[in-house]
Amino acid sequence: MSQALLDKESVLAQMANHPAVAALSAGDRPLLAEAKWQFEELTVYVAREDVVTACLAVQAAGYNFLEDLTAVDWLPRTPRFQVSVHILSHSLKERIRIAVLLEEESPAMDSVTAVWPSANYFEREVFDLMGIRFNGHPNLRRIMLPEEWEGHPLRKDYPVEGYR
Amino acid sequence: MSDTLATPILEAPHAEGAESQHMVLNMGPQHPATHGVLRLVLEIDGETVVRLYPEIGYLHTGIEKTCEAKFYQQIVPLTDRVNYLDPLSNNLGYALAVERLLGIEIPEKAQWLRVLLVELSRLNSHLIWLGTHAMDIGALTVFLYTFREREEILRLFEAVAGQRMMTSYIRIGGLAMEPPIDFLARVQAFIKTMPEHIDEYSNLLTGNPIFIDRLKGVGHLSAADAIALGVTGPVLRASGVDIDLRRDMPYSSYEKFQFNVPISNGCDVWARYEVRMIEMRESVKIIQQALDGMPEGAIKANAPKVVLPEREKMKTQMESLIHHFKIVTEGFNVPAGEVYQGMECGHGQMGYYVVSDGTAKPLRVHMRYPSFATLQALETMCKGRLLADVVAVIGSIDIVLGEIDR
Repeated sequence: MSQALLDKESVLAQMANHPAVAALSAGDRPLLAEAKWQFEELTVYVAREDVVTACLAVQAAGYNFLEDLTAVDWLPRTPRFQVSVHILSHSLKERIRIAVLLEEESPAMDSVTAVWPSANYFEREVFDLMGIRFNGHPNLRRIMLPEEWEGHPLRKDYPVEGYR
Repeated sequence: MSDTLATPILEAPHAEGAESQHMVLNMGPQHPATHGVLRLVLEIDGETVVRLYPEIGYLHTGIEKTCEAKFYQQIVPLTDRVNYLDPLSNNLGYALAVERLLGIEIPEKAQWLRVLLVELSRLNSHLIWLGTHAMDIGALTVFLYTFREREEILRLFEAVAGQRMMTSYIRIGGLAMEPPIDFLARVQAFIKTMPEHIDEYSNLLTGNPIFIDRLKGVGHLSAADAIALGVTGPVLRASGVDIDLRRDMPYSSYEKFQFNVPISNGCDVWARYEVRMIEMRESVKIIQQALDGMPEGAIKANAPKVVLPEREKMKTQMESLIHHFKIVTEGFNVPAGEVYQGMECGHGQMGYYVVSDGTAKPLRVHMRYPSFATLQALETMCKGRLLADVVAVIGSIDIVLGEIDR
Protein backbone atom coordinates (compact mmCIF):
# COMPACT_ATOMS: atom_id res chain seq x y z
CA MET A 1 0.00 0.00 0.00
CA SER A 2 1.73 3.12 -1.16
CA GLN A 3 -0.80 5.92 -0.73
CA ALA A 4 -0.73 7.82 2.52
CA LEU A 5 -3.48 7.39 5.12
CA LEU A 6 -3.46 10.46 7.23
CA ASP A 7 -6.07 9.89 9.93
CA LYS A 8 -7.18 7.26 12.38
CA GLU A 9 -10.41 6.42 10.54
CA SER A 10 -8.72 5.56 7.25
CA VAL A 11 -5.97 3.58 9.01
CA LEU A 12 -8.56 1.60 10.98
CA ALA A 13 -10.61 1.05 7.82
CA GLN A 14 -7.75 -0.17 5.62
CA MET A 15 -5.23 -1.63 8.06
CA ALA A 16 -7.44 -3.21 10.74
CA ASN A 17 -5.55 -6.49 10.33
CA HIS A 18 -2.14 -4.95 10.88
CA PRO A 19 -0.81 -6.64 14.06
CA ALA A 20 0.05 -3.39 15.84
CA VAL A 21 -3.21 -1.66 14.88
CA ALA A 22 -5.18 -4.72 15.97
CA ALA A 23 -3.32 -4.96 19.28
CA LEU A 24 -3.92 -1.30 20.08
CA SER A 25 -7.59 -1.17 19.07
CA ALA A 26 -8.56 -4.37 20.88
CA GLY A 27 -9.66 -4.38 24.53
CA ASP A 28 -12.32 -2.40 26.36
CA ARG A 29 -10.44 0.89 26.13
CA PRO A 30 -8.86 1.52 22.73
CA LEU A 31 -5.33 2.87 23.08
CA LEU A 32 -5.11 4.30 19.62
CA ALA A 33 -5.54 8.07 19.89
CA GLU A 34 -4.55 8.85 16.32
CA ALA A 35 -2.70 7.03 13.55
CA LYS A 36 -1.14 7.65 10.18
CA TRP A 37 0.48 5.66 7.40
CA GLN A 38 2.94 7.76 5.46
CA PHE A 39 6.18 7.04 3.60
CA GLU A 40 5.45 3.32 4.14
CA GLU A 41 5.67 3.81 7.88
CA LEU A 42 2.96 3.37 10.48
CA THR A 43 2.79 5.96 13.25
CA VAL A 44 0.43 5.35 16.15
CA TYR A 45 -0.22 8.17 18.58
CA VAL A 46 -1.12 7.18 22.12
CA ALA A 47 -2.08 9.29 25.11
CA ARG A 48 0.63 10.11 27.64
CA GLU A 49 -0.79 7.91 30.38
CA ASP A 50 -1.23 4.93 28.00
CA VAL A 51 2.33 4.66 26.75
CA VAL A 52 3.48 1.73 28.88
CA THR A 53 0.24 -0.18 28.28
CA ALA A 54 0.59 0.43 24.56
CA CYS A 55 4.23 -0.73 24.57
CA LEU A 56 3.25 -3.93 26.38
CA ALA A 57 0.42 -4.49 23.87
CA VAL A 58 2.67 -4.16 20.80
CA GLN A 59 5.36 -6.22 22.51
CA ALA A 60 2.82 -9.02 22.92
CA ALA A 61 1.91 -8.59 19.24
CA GLY A 62 5.49 -9.42 18.18
CA TYR A 63 7.23 -6.04 18.20
CA ASN A 64 10.01 -7.26 20.44
CA PHE A 65 12.91 -4.87 19.90
CA LEU A 66 13.13 -1.21 20.90
CA GLU A 67 15.29 0.26 18.18
CA ASP A 68 15.22 3.92 19.02
CA LEU A 69 13.60 6.46 21.31
CA THR A 70 13.90 10.17 20.69
CA ALA A 71 11.98 13.42 20.81
CA VAL A 72 11.02 16.26 18.46
CA ASP A 73 10.41 19.87 19.44
CA TRP A 74 7.54 21.25 17.34
CA LEU A 75 7.71 24.83 18.68
CA PRO A 76 5.50 26.90 18.15
CA ARG A 77 2.94 24.13 17.57
CA THR A 78 0.99 22.75 20.53
CA PRO A 79 1.41 20.24 22.05
CA ARG A 80 5.04 21.20 21.75
CA PHE A 81 6.97 17.94 22.22
CA GLN A 82 6.69 14.58 20.52
CA VAL A 83 8.45 11.49 21.85
CA SER A 84 8.93 8.93 19.06
CA VAL A 85 9.58 5.31 19.94
CA HIS A 86 10.69 3.09 17.05
CA ILE A 87 9.97 -0.57 17.61
CA LEU A 88 11.17 -3.35 15.37
CA SER A 89 9.72 -6.81 15.10
CA HIS A 90 12.31 -9.51 14.48
CA SER A 91 9.63 -11.99 13.38
CA LEU A 92 7.44 -9.71 11.24
CA LYS A 93 10.46 -7.83 9.81
CA GLU A 94 8.64 -4.59 10.30
CA ARG A 95 8.91 -1.38 12.25
CA ILE A 96 6.31 0.87 13.88
CA ARG A 97 6.51 4.24 15.52
CA ILE A 98 4.69 4.99 18.75
CA ALA A 99 4.38 8.73 19.22
CA VAL A 100 3.40 10.56 22.37
CA LEU A 101 2.58 14.27 22.33
CA LEU A 102 3.54 16.29 25.40
CA GLU A 103 2.61 19.80 26.51
CA GLU A 104 5.20 22.54 26.90
CA GLU A 105 4.59 22.92 30.63
CA SER A 106 6.95 20.48 32.48
CA PRO A 107 6.86 17.72 29.84
CA ALA A 108 6.92 14.23 31.34
CA MET A 109 5.81 10.71 30.52
CA ASP A 110 6.18 7.25 32.02
CA SER A 111 9.46 5.52 31.35
CA VAL A 112 9.35 2.47 29.09
CA THR A 113 12.45 0.97 30.75
CA ALA A 114 10.13 -1.49 32.50
CA VAL A 115 9.21 -2.91 29.07
CA TRP A 116 12.59 -2.55 27.36
CA PRO A 117 15.61 -1.92 29.65
CA SER A 118 17.45 -0.62 26.56
CA ALA A 119 15.32 2.55 26.74
CA ASN A 120 17.56 3.61 29.65
CA TYR A 121 20.23 5.49 27.66
CA PHE A 122 17.79 6.76 25.05
CA GLU A 123 15.54 8.30 27.71
CA ARG A 124 18.52 9.82 29.48
CA GLU A 125 19.60 11.37 26.20
CA VAL A 126 16.13 12.84 25.63
CA PHE A 127 16.08 14.14 29.21
CA ASP A 128 19.53 15.68 28.79
CA LEU A 129 19.09 17.32 25.40
CA MET A 130 15.33 17.95 25.26
CA GLY A 131 14.36 18.28 28.92
CA ILE A 132 11.58 15.71 28.99
CA ARG A 133 11.22 13.80 32.26
CA PHE A 134 10.54 10.07 32.39
CA ASN A 135 8.68 8.95 35.51
CA GLY A 136 10.00 5.73 36.98
CA HIS A 137 13.35 5.87 35.17
CA PRO A 138 16.01 4.18 37.34
CA ASN A 139 18.74 6.76 36.75
CA LEU A 140 17.44 9.94 35.14
CA ARG A 141 20.52 12.15 34.92
CA ARG A 142 22.36 13.93 32.14
CA ILE A 143 24.26 11.58 29.85
CA MET A 144 26.06 13.76 27.27
CA LEU A 145 26.47 17.10 29.01
CA PRO A 146 27.99 17.91 32.41
CA GLU A 147 25.62 17.78 35.38
CA GLU A 148 25.79 21.55 35.91
CA TRP A 149 24.86 22.43 32.31
CA GLU A 150 22.07 24.97 31.92
CA GLY A 151 19.24 24.33 29.48
CA HIS A 152 18.49 21.61 26.99
CA PRO A 153 20.33 22.18 23.68
CA LEU A 154 17.98 20.35 21.30
CA ARG A 155 15.07 22.60 22.20
CA LYS A 156 14.21 25.04 19.44
CA ASP A 157 14.50 28.05 21.77
CA TYR A 158 18.12 27.12 22.61
CA PRO A 159 20.47 29.05 20.29
CA VAL A 160 22.68 26.97 18.01
CA GLU A 161 25.82 28.67 19.30
CA GLY A 162 24.72 28.19 22.92
CA TYR A 163 23.96 30.81 25.55
CA ARG A 164 26.62 33.50 25.62
CA MET B 1 20.67 -7.70 34.47
CA SER B 2 22.81 -4.66 35.06
CA ASP B 3 22.10 -2.65 38.17
CA THR B 4 24.56 0.18 37.63
CA LEU B 5 22.37 1.36 34.80
CA ALA B 6 20.42 2.50 37.86
CA THR B 7 23.00 4.29 40.03
CA PRO B 8 26.57 5.36 39.35
CA ILE B 9 29.22 3.63 41.45
CA LEU B 10 30.88 6.75 42.78
CA GLU B 11 27.60 7.84 44.38
CA ALA B 12 26.48 4.54 45.81
CA PRO B 13 29.26 2.01 46.25
CA HIS B 14 28.04 -1.41 47.29
CA ALA B 15 28.34 -1.32 51.06
CA GLU B 16 28.58 -4.92 52.11
CA GLY B 17 29.42 -4.28 55.72
CA ALA B 18 32.31 -2.24 57.08
CA GLU B 19 34.88 -4.87 56.11
CA SER B 20 34.05 -4.61 52.39
CA GLN B 21 37.23 -5.02 50.36
CA HIS B 22 35.76 -3.50 47.20
CA MET B 23 37.79 -0.91 45.36
CA VAL B 24 36.62 1.69 42.87
CA LEU B 25 38.81 1.89 39.78
CA ASN B 26 38.75 4.40 36.96
CA MET B 27 39.48 3.11 33.47
CA GLY B 28 39.78 5.87 30.93
CA PRO B 29 38.83 8.37 29.63
CA GLN B 30 42.23 7.97 27.99
CA HIS B 31 42.88 4.28 28.26
CA PRO B 32 44.20 2.75 25.01
CA ALA B 33 41.78 -0.19 25.20
CA THR B 34 38.67 2.00 25.39
CA HIS B 35 38.99 2.95 21.68
CA GLY B 36 38.34 6.61 22.28
CA VAL B 37 37.37 8.69 25.26
CA LEU B 38 35.22 6.28 27.20
CA ARG B 39 35.42 6.37 30.96
CA LEU B 40 34.52 3.22 32.87
CA VAL B 41 34.08 3.33 36.63
CA LEU B 42 34.62 -0.18 37.94
CA GLU B 43 33.90 -1.55 41.36
CA ILE B 44 36.24 -4.48 41.82
CA ASP B 45 36.68 -7.17 44.42
CA GLY B 46 40.30 -8.21 44.02
CA GLU B 47 40.41 -8.68 40.25
CA THR B 48 36.73 -9.52 39.84
CA VAL B 49 34.38 -6.92 38.41
CA VAL B 50 31.44 -6.35 40.73
CA ARG B 51 29.88 -3.42 38.92
CA LEU B 52 30.72 -1.29 35.92
CA TYR B 53 29.42 2.17 35.05
CA PRO B 54 30.18 3.75 31.66
CA GLU B 55 30.56 7.54 31.61
CA ILE B 56 30.10 8.96 28.12
CA GLY B 57 29.74 12.35 26.51
CA TYR B 58 33.40 13.39 26.25
CA LEU B 59 33.09 13.62 22.46
CA HIS B 60 29.64 15.21 22.36
CA THR B 61 29.62 17.85 19.62
CA GLY B 62 25.90 18.40 19.17
CA ILE B 63 25.82 17.14 15.60
CA GLU B 64 22.04 16.70 15.76
CA LYS B 65 21.61 20.36 16.72
CA THR B 66 24.03 21.46 13.99
CA CYS B 67 21.97 19.52 11.42
CA GLU B 68 18.92 21.66 12.20
CA ALA B 69 20.80 24.79 11.13
CA LYS B 70 21.94 23.42 7.75
CA PHE B 71 20.39 22.71 4.38
CA TYR B 72 19.64 19.06 3.70
CA GLN B 73 22.58 18.65 1.32
CA GLN B 74 24.99 20.30 3.78
CA ILE B 75 24.38 17.57 6.35
CA VAL B 76 26.06 14.82 4.29
CA PRO B 77 29.62 15.81 5.38
CA LEU B 78 28.49 15.87 9.02
CA THR B 79 27.33 12.26 8.82
CA ASP B 80 30.86 11.11 7.87
CA ARG B 81 32.16 12.32 11.17
CA VAL B 82 29.74 10.39 13.36
CA ASN B 83 31.12 6.92 12.75
CA TYR B 84 34.49 7.69 11.23
CA LEU B 85 35.32 4.04 10.57
CA ASP B 86 32.34 3.36 8.33
CA PRO B 87 31.76 6.70 6.57
CA LEU B 88 29.87 5.49 3.51
CA SER B 89 27.23 3.67 5.57
CA ASN B 90 26.47 6.93 7.36
CA ASN B 91 26.16 8.78 4.05
CA LEU B 92 23.85 6.07 2.73
CA GLY B 93 21.58 5.99 5.79
CA TYR B 94 21.03 9.74 5.66
CA ALA B 95 20.65 9.87 1.87
CA LEU B 96 18.07 7.05 1.88
CA ALA B 97 15.99 8.78 4.56
CA VAL B 98 15.86 12.09 2.69
CA GLU B 99 15.26 10.37 -0.66
CA ARG B 100 12.22 8.64 0.80
CA LEU B 101 10.84 11.98 2.00
CA LEU B 102 11.48 13.47 -1.44
CA GLY B 103 10.12 10.41 -3.21
CA ILE B 104 12.90 10.27 -5.81
CA GLU B 105 14.00 7.13 -7.62
CA ILE B 106 17.70 6.31 -7.65
CA PRO B 107 19.13 4.81 -10.87
CA GLU B 108 20.09 1.16 -10.65
CA LYS B 109 23.78 1.75 -11.25
CA ALA B 110 23.95 4.20 -8.37
CA GLN B 111 22.23 1.69 -6.10
CA TRP B 112 24.68 -1.06 -7.02
CA LEU B 113 27.67 1.21 -6.61
CA ARG B 114 26.30 2.20 -3.22
CA VAL B 115 26.10 -1.45 -2.19
CA LEU B 116 29.65 -2.03 -3.41
CA LEU B 117 30.99 0.97 -1.53
CA VAL B 118 29.08 0.26 1.66
CA GLU B 119 30.43 -3.29 1.69
CA LEU B 120 33.96 -1.95 1.19
CA SER B 121 33.24 0.36 4.09
CA ARG B 122 32.05 -2.59 6.20
CA LEU B 123 35.28 -4.43 5.37
CA ASN B 124 37.18 -1.33 6.44
CA SER B 125 35.30 -1.23 9.73
CA HIS B 126 35.79 -4.95 10.40
CA LEU B 127 39.50 -4.73 9.56
CA ILE B 128 40.00 -1.99 12.14
CA TRP B 129 37.97 -4.00 14.66
CA LEU B 130 40.09 -7.10 14.05
CA GLY B 131 43.41 -5.28 14.25
CA THR B 132 42.63 -3.33 17.39
CA HIS B 133 40.80 -6.19 19.10
CA ALA B 134 43.73 -8.54 18.54
CA MET B 135 46.13 -5.84 19.69
CA ASP B 136 44.15 -5.37 22.92
CA ILE B 137 44.44 -9.10 23.54
CA GLY B 138 48.19 -8.92 22.93
CA ALA B 139 48.50 -10.22 19.35
CA LEU B 140 50.27 -7.18 17.95
CA THR B 141 51.09 -8.55 14.50
CA VAL B 142 47.56 -8.80 13.12
CA PHE B 143 47.13 -5.03 13.37
CA LEU B 144 49.90 -4.50 10.80
CA TYR B 145 48.32 -6.94 8.36
CA THR B 146 44.78 -5.58 8.64
CA PHE B 147 45.97 -2.01 8.24
CA ARG B 148 47.79 -3.01 5.06
CA GLU B 149 44.45 -4.02 3.50
CA ARG B 150 42.65 -1.09 5.05
CA GLU B 151 45.15 1.22 3.36
CA GLU B 152 44.13 -0.30 0.02
CA ILE B 153 40.43 0.32 0.81
CA LEU B 154 41.21 3.92 1.75
CA ARG B 155 43.00 4.34 -1.57
CA LEU B 156 39.88 3.08 -3.33
CA PHE B 157 37.79 5.61 -1.38
CA GLU B 158 40.25 8.31 -2.34
CA ALA B 159 39.92 7.31 -6.00
CA VAL B 160 36.14 7.77 -6.00
CA ALA B 161 35.67 10.57 -3.50
CA GLY B 162 39.00 12.39 -3.36
CA GLN B 163 39.00 11.75 0.37
CA ARG B 164 40.30 8.82 2.35
CA MET B 165 38.09 8.90 5.42
CA MET B 166 35.50 11.66 5.25
CA THR B 167 34.19 10.59 1.87
CA SER B 168 30.77 12.35 1.55
CA TYR B 169 30.50 10.43 -1.71
CA ILE B 170 26.92 9.19 -1.40
CA ARG B 171 24.75 12.24 -1.86
CA ILE B 172 21.02 12.87 -1.79
CA GLY B 173 19.86 11.68 -5.21
CA GLY B 174 22.77 9.44 -6.11
CA LEU B 175 26.54 9.73 -5.99
CA ALA B 176 28.80 12.76 -6.08
CA MET B 177 30.46 11.94 -9.41
CA GLU B 178 31.30 9.11 -11.79
CA PRO B 179 33.95 6.81 -10.36
CA PRO B 180 37.26 6.83 -12.29
CA ILE B 181 37.45 4.54 -15.35
CA ASP B 182 39.73 1.96 -13.75
CA PHE B 183 37.88 1.95 -10.43
CA LEU B 184 35.97 -1.32 -10.87
CA ALA B 185 39.15 -3.05 -12.10
CA ARG B 186 40.99 -1.84 -9.00
CA VAL B 187 38.22 -3.11 -6.74
CA GLN B 188 38.34 -6.43 -8.60
CA ALA B 189 42.08 -6.71 -8.09
CA PHE B 190 41.70 -5.96 -4.40
CA ILE B 191 38.78 -8.33 -3.86
CA LYS B 192 40.62 -11.16 -5.57
CA THR B 193 43.31 -11.11 -2.89
CA MET B 194 41.02 -10.48 0.07
CA PRO B 195 39.97 -14.10 0.86
CA GLU B 196 43.67 -15.04 1.11
CA HIS B 197 44.27 -12.17 3.48
CA ILE B 198 41.34 -13.24 5.67
CA ASP B 199 42.89 -16.73 5.76
CA GLU B 200 46.11 -15.07 6.81
CA TYR B 201 44.48 -13.31 9.79
CA SER B 202 42.65 -16.48 10.64
CA ASN B 203 45.89 -18.48 10.63
CA LEU B 204 47.41 -16.03 13.07
CA LEU B 205 44.48 -16.06 15.48
CA THR B 206 41.99 -18.92 15.15
CA GLY B 207 44.39 -21.62 16.31
CA ASN B 208 46.34 -19.44 18.72
CA PRO B 209 45.91 -20.96 22.22
CA ILE B 210 46.42 -17.62 24.03
CA PHE B 211 43.86 -15.91 21.82
CA ILE B 212 41.37 -18.76 22.36
CA ASP B 213 41.86 -18.70 26.13
CA ARG B 214 41.27 -14.96 26.29
CA LEU B 215 38.11 -15.11 24.15
CA LYS B 216 36.26 -18.37 24.75
CA GLY B 217 33.53 -18.23 27.40
CA VAL B 218 34.23 -14.53 28.08
CA GLY B 219 31.55 -11.85 27.95
CA HIS B 220 28.50 -14.10 27.93
CA LEU B 221 25.33 -12.39 26.69
CA SER B 222 22.16 -14.43 26.23
CA ALA B 223 19.77 -13.74 23.36
CA ALA B 224 17.05 -12.49 25.74
CA ASP B 225 19.45 -10.07 27.46
CA ALA B 226 20.78 -8.90 24.12
CA ILE B 227 17.30 -8.02 22.87
CA ALA B 228 16.31 -6.40 26.17
CA LEU B 229 19.46 -4.26 26.22
CA GLY B 230 19.16 -3.07 22.62
CA VAL B 231 22.15 -4.93 21.21
CA THR B 232 22.31 -5.19 17.42
CA GLY B 233 24.53 -6.35 14.60
CA PRO B 234 27.27 -8.97 14.88
CA VAL B 235 27.00 -9.05 18.69
CA LEU B 236 23.29 -9.90 18.49
CA ARG B 237 23.88 -12.50 15.79
CA ALA B 238 26.63 -14.06 17.91
CA SER B 239 23.96 -14.51 20.59
CA GLY B 240 21.91 -16.60 18.19
CA VAL B 241 19.36 -14.03 16.96
CA ASP B 242 18.91 -14.28 13.21
CA ILE B 243 18.35 -10.71 12.05
CA ASP B 244 20.17 -8.70 9.42
CA LEU B 245 18.41 -5.68 7.94
CA ARG B 246 20.28 -6.12 4.65
CA ARG B 247 18.42 -9.38 4.12
CA ASP B 248 15.25 -8.86 6.16
CA MET B 249 14.32 -5.26 5.32
CA PRO B 250 16.41 -4.66 2.20
CA TYR B 251 17.36 -1.17 1.03
CA SER B 252 19.35 0.11 -1.95
CA SER B 253 18.63 -3.12 -3.93
CA TYR B 254 20.23 -5.48 -1.40
CA GLU B 255 17.41 -7.92 -2.28
CA LYS B 256 19.23 -8.64 -5.55
CA PHE B 257 22.32 -10.00 -3.82
CA GLN B 258 22.86 -13.49 -2.45
CA PHE B 259 24.73 -13.76 0.81
CA ASN B 260 24.60 -15.71 4.03
CA VAL B 261 24.03 -14.19 7.43
CA PRO B 262 26.37 -15.90 9.90
CA ILE B 263 24.81 -16.86 13.23
CA SER B 264 26.47 -18.34 16.28
CA ASN B 265 25.01 -19.65 19.51
CA GLY B 266 28.26 -19.14 21.41
CA CYS B 267 27.06 -15.87 23.02
CA ASP B 268 30.69 -15.03 23.94
CA VAL B 269 33.56 -12.93 22.62
CA TRP B 270 34.80 -15.87 20.55
CA ALA B 271 31.40 -16.20 18.81
CA ARG B 272 31.54 -12.49 17.91
CA TYR B 273 35.01 -12.99 16.46
CA GLU B 274 33.80 -15.91 14.34
CA VAL B 275 30.67 -14.08 13.14
CA ARG B 276 32.66 -11.02 12.03
CA MET B 277 35.28 -13.15 10.27
CA ILE B 278 32.55 -14.85 8.21
CA GLU B 279 30.87 -11.49 7.59
CA MET B 280 34.07 -10.24 5.98
CA ARG B 281 34.00 -13.18 3.56
CA GLU B 282 30.32 -12.51 2.81
CA SER B 283 31.10 -8.85 2.10
CA VAL B 284 33.71 -9.98 -0.41
CA LYS B 285 31.03 -12.14 -2.06
CA ILE B 286 28.60 -9.21 -2.25
CA ILE B 287 31.25 -6.94 -3.77
CA GLN B 288 32.05 -9.64 -6.36
CA GLN B 289 28.36 -9.89 -7.30
CA ALA B 290 28.15 -6.11 -7.59
CA LEU B 291 31.18 -6.09 -9.88
CA ASP B 292 29.83 -8.92 -12.05
CA GLY B 293 26.36 -7.49 -12.49
CA MET B 294 27.11 -3.76 -12.45
CA PRO B 295 24.31 -2.18 -14.56
CA GLU B 296 24.87 0.63 -17.02
CA GLY B 297 23.29 4.02 -16.64
CA ALA B 298 23.31 7.23 -14.70
CA ILE B 299 24.66 7.69 -11.20
CA LYS B 300 22.37 10.57 -10.29
CA ALA B 301 18.60 10.72 -10.13
CA ASN B 302 16.72 12.79 -12.67
CA ALA B 303 15.69 15.45 -10.16
CA PRO B 304 17.15 18.80 -11.25
CA LYS B 305 15.75 20.63 -8.22
CA VAL B 306 17.62 18.33 -5.82
CA VAL B 307 20.73 17.07 -7.59
CA LEU B 308 23.41 19.52 -8.62
CA PRO B 309 23.78 19.69 -12.44
CA GLU B 310 26.88 18.52 -14.29
CA ARG B 311 29.59 21.13 -14.32
CA GLU B 312 29.56 21.46 -18.10
CA LYS B 313 25.80 21.90 -18.28
CA MET B 314 25.96 24.51 -15.57
CA LYS B 315 28.42 26.53 -17.61
CA THR B 316 26.51 26.27 -20.87
CA GLN B 317 22.80 26.07 -20.06
CA MET B 318 20.79 28.79 -18.38
CA GLU B 319 18.33 26.37 -16.74
CA SER B 320 21.07 24.30 -15.14
CA LEU B 321 22.77 27.45 -13.92
CA ILE B 322 19.53 28.55 -12.23
CA HIS B 323 19.05 25.14 -10.59
CA HIS B 324 22.64 25.13 -9.38
CA PHE B 325 22.30 28.63 -7.96
CA LYS B 326 19.01 27.80 -6.23
CA ILE B 327 20.27 24.56 -4.64
CA VAL B 328 23.48 26.15 -3.37
CA THR B 329 21.98 29.38 -2.05
CA GLU B 330 18.57 28.36 -0.75
CA GLY B 331 18.57 24.56 -0.70
CA PHE B 332 15.55 22.52 -1.72
CA ASN B 333 12.29 22.07 0.11
CA VAL B 334 11.53 18.59 1.40
CA PRO B 335 7.88 17.53 1.83
CA ALA B 336 6.68 17.56 5.42
CA GLY B 337 6.72 14.25 7.23
CA GLU B 338 8.88 11.92 9.27
CA VAL B 339 10.96 8.98 8.12
CA TYR B 340 13.03 6.45 10.01
CA GLN B 341 15.54 4.70 7.79
CA GLY B 342 17.21 1.75 9.43
CA MET B 343 20.18 -0.03 7.96
CA GLU B 344 22.91 -2.46 8.89
CA CYS B 345 26.31 -0.81 9.25
CA GLY B 346 29.51 -2.50 10.37
CA HIS B 347 28.74 -2.31 14.07
CA GLY B 348 25.03 -3.04 13.98
CA GLN B 349 21.74 -1.37 13.21
CA MET B 350 21.99 2.27 12.40
CA GLY B 351 19.00 4.53 11.93
CA TYR B 352 18.34 8.01 10.62
CA TYR B 353 15.15 9.67 11.83
CA VAL B 354 14.51 12.76 9.74
CA VAL B 355 11.57 15.04 10.47
CA SER B 356 10.73 17.68 7.89
CA ASP B 357 8.38 20.63 8.19
CA GLY B 358 8.42 21.34 4.47
CA THR B 359 11.32 23.80 4.44
CA ALA B 360 14.90 23.48 3.19
CA LYS B 361 16.29 22.69 6.63
CA PRO B 362 15.29 19.64 8.64
CA LEU B 363 13.21 20.12 11.78
CA ARG B 364 15.02 17.26 13.47
CA VAL B 365 17.67 14.73 12.50
CA HIS B 366 18.18 11.95 14.99
CA MET B 367 20.88 9.35 14.53
CA ARG B 368 20.50 5.96 16.11
CA TYR B 369 23.89 4.36 16.33
CA PRO B 370 24.53 0.80 17.47
CA SER B 371 27.40 1.37 19.92
CA PHE B 372 25.25 3.72 22.04
CA ALA B 373 22.73 0.97 22.83
CA THR B 374 25.28 -1.86 22.93
CA LEU B 375 27.25 -0.04 25.62
CA GLN B 376 24.36 -0.71 28.02
CA ALA B 377 25.08 -4.43 27.79
CA LEU B 378 28.72 -3.99 28.80
CA GLU B 379 28.08 -4.53 32.49
CA THR B 380 26.02 -7.67 31.94
CA MET B 381 28.89 -9.08 29.88
CA CYS B 382 31.66 -8.16 32.33
CA LYS B 383 30.05 -8.81 35.71
CA GLY B 384 31.74 -11.48 37.79
CA ARG B 385 34.63 -11.76 35.34
CA LEU B 386 38.23 -10.64 35.63
CA LEU B 387 39.31 -7.07 35.00
CA ALA B 388 41.39 -8.16 32.00
CA ASP B 389 38.24 -9.55 30.38
CA VAL B 390 36.73 -6.06 30.24
CA VAL B 391 39.32 -5.22 27.59
CA ALA B 392 38.37 -8.28 25.54
CA VAL B 393 34.66 -7.48 25.82
CA ILE B 394 35.09 -3.83 24.78
CA GLY B 395 37.02 -5.06 21.75
CA SER B 396 34.28 -7.55 20.90
CA ILE B 397 31.47 -4.98 20.80
CA ASP B 398 33.52 -2.92 18.35
CA ILE B 399 32.93 0.39 20.03
CA VAL B 400 33.24 3.78 18.31
CA LEU B 401 32.97 6.73 20.64
CA GLY B 402 32.17 9.18 17.85
CA GLU B 403 28.86 7.47 17.25
CA ILE B 404 28.05 7.14 20.95
CA ASP B 405 28.54 10.80 21.82
CA ARG B 406 27.63 12.38 18.46
